[in-house]
Amino acid sequence: MKLMTKTLLSAAMAVALTSTAAHASLSDDKVKIGVLADMGGVYADICGKGCVTAVEMAVEDFGGTVLGKPIEIVSADDQNKPDVGSAIVRKWIENEQVDVITGLVASSVTGAVTQVTTDAKKIALIAASASNAFTTKQCSPYNAHWTYNVVALANGTVKPIVQSGKKKWFFITADYAFGHALEGIATKVIESEGGEVVGAVRAPLGTTDFSSYILQAQASGAEVVGLANAGADFVNSLKTAAEFGLTEMMDVAGLLVFTPNAQALDPAIAGGMLTTTGFYWDRDEESREWSARFKARHGAIPAMPHAGAYSATMHYLNAVKAAGTDESDAVMKIMKSTKPDDFFAKNATLRADGRMVHDMYLVKITKASERKSADDIFAIQSVIPGDQAFAPMLPECDFK
Amino acid sequence: MAEFLGINLFGLFGQLLVGLINGSFYALLSLGLAIIFGLLKIINFAQGAIYMLGAFLAYLALQYLGISYWAALIVVPLVVGLLGILMERFLIRPIANEDHLYSLLLTFGVALVLQGLFTHLFGSSGMSYPIPEAFSGGIKLPFMYLPNYRAWIVVASLVVCVGTWWMIEKTKLGAYLRAGTENPALMQAFGINVPLMVTLTFGFGVALAGFAGVMAAPVYSVSPDMGSNLLIVVFAIVVIGGMGSIGGAIITGLGMGIVEGLTKYFYPEASNTVIFLVMVIVLLIKPAGLFGKEA
Repeated sequence: MKLMTKTLLSAAMAVALTSTAAHASLSDDKVKIGVLADMGGVYADICGKGCVTAVEMAVEDFGGTVLGKPIEIVSADDQNKPDVGSAIVRKWIENEQVDVITGLVASSVTGAVTQVTTDAKKIALIAASASNAFTTKQCSPYNAHWTYNVVALANGTVKPIVQSGKKKWFFITADYAFGHALEGIATKVIESEGGEVVGAVRAPLGTTDFSSYILQAQASGAEVVGLANAGADFVNSLKTAAEFGLTEMMDVAGLLVFTPNAQALDPAIAGGMLTTTGFYWDRDEESREWSARFKARHGAIPAMPHAGAYSATMHYLNAVKAAGTDESDAVMKIMKSTKPDDFFAKNATLRADGRMVHDMYLVKITKASERKSADDIFAIQSVIPGDQAFAPMLPECDFK
Repeated sequence: MAEFLGINLFGLFGQLLVGLINGSFYALLSLGLAIIFGLLKIINFAQGAIYMLGAFLAYLALQYLGISYWAALIVVPLVVGLLGILMERFLIRPIANEDHLYSLLLTFGVALVLQGLFTHLFGSSGMSYPIPEAFSGGIKLPFMYLPNYRAWIVVASLVVCVGTWWMIEKTKLGAYLRAGTENPALMQAFGINVPLMVTLTFGFGVALAGFAGVMAAPVYSVSPDMGSNLLIVVFAIVVIGGMGSIGGAIITGLGMGIVEGLTKYFYPEASNTVIFLVMVIVLLIKPAGLFGKEA
């Protein structure tokens, strides 16, 4: 009899447990977010600790708990090394119950990490990477590529310049996957608009002196020089272009300019240049309000990946709440069926291939005379609707 | 346009001149290293970080103290040189009698700490430093536009290089120095304070890197990792030129600038490896370097 009672009791308990699980089942009774980024290297300013701050803000604004359980954040430095990044993420998922990964900066690291997350069926919220591979060649049902990509940059910046009649282009390209992808996509855009690429040089990553390349650009007979590079390469190449008088002879287009990079340049050099961004802090009241809060904590205005990391985290947490679980397939289904809408994501939708399509902005770097403060870096010229900025979905990446 | 064998000669002249400009900058950078590495036999891996420090000090001096570029050219090398003296006295001297690897690792550590500190304080994106008024604009040559500041880099580098070479190779002070590093015990017996001389020489070599940093600030991005990319190239130049040869480092610096410039023109993808290729070939044929004395 005693045994019987025991069995009954445990059965009852089991039923009770399963029924709570049906209400809200969070693995390990918490949601844990891993922020992986370059914390001290060349890309530290565009995501880095700022992305951790942005994710913390999202968690606090969400209320600190989801389905009555705590939300935790862990972060780590990937040193821009794919092997380091994927090892950290593997450890996070296998030993530390991390449910979702965000940050994700260098495209090479993101490529390695998304293989791990896909195998483990965990969601990767890509906030800072540029490559479009994560929703094409390496697409996965667990990728959500948030802020921007090379296609949006090329469409946003290159197309209006070609359409304005400047059809002959020369590229100074960073000699690695990101630069090649950017140059390739920009070339397609130029050719489809009736322009031509008259030449290109591939400068090794981390080149200090660009004067040789600037001379080659000057001699090319192009009307526009496209800088298919980023970070210090962008700053150094543009500085040299101005020094050698290139900016007076030809237009220069920076294909990827983050606000900290633009701030590192003398407005006399960079002022007037067009570029495309996924976010600018001074867009409207809503963006200013969030950016002021961010700056108060981080010490600098947000670059687009910071805003993207917040927006992606918020959308993820909302989806966990709506799904009543942190099980990735269920959460992703809701993320794709509800529209992200916050200070960052305008006219936004997370497509079935994981591409977050939203308004992008064609901006002009302000001249010194136009700057009202040190943070007054861009002036928005036009809004590029998401469907014009991003490429259509590939059928093989349609993860319904 | 003039052409020869399908090569645009104007373009080529431009590349040669740009190569010469970069070469004179390489010569300036390798000079400090050649003194420290060649004479004192200390492998100073912090030289690149000190170059970065020079550029940052110039930026900070202008930003917060209103110290102009010209004043910075004098003040920054003095401050950096003083730091170098402290570094030699308190960090390097205690391990002076150990294997060279110890000083290499120590200075590498110093470089990482400096780089990390500046990344922490100023971020990784870099700072902007304006080209001084007097050198804005440029000269229109038939084959290229030569910015005035680049011409100044060539002049200043050559003056400093030749001056240093003359001081070490032709003056009494230089003779003491060379003798002191060759046979310290004997020189000390003659009443020369060799440890003091070593400290001052180290300080001078480090100050040269600070000077190069100020020279670089207006044209390159002033960022924490600006030195780490250059350091290895500069080491290669010193090795190619030959250990201990000041003149060799200067001439090799100029030569490698031109070699690199031409590579950037004909096959840009190889531009950051060509100097190492030259190094391998030189070491295979002449292990002591182009101007080094066979041991």
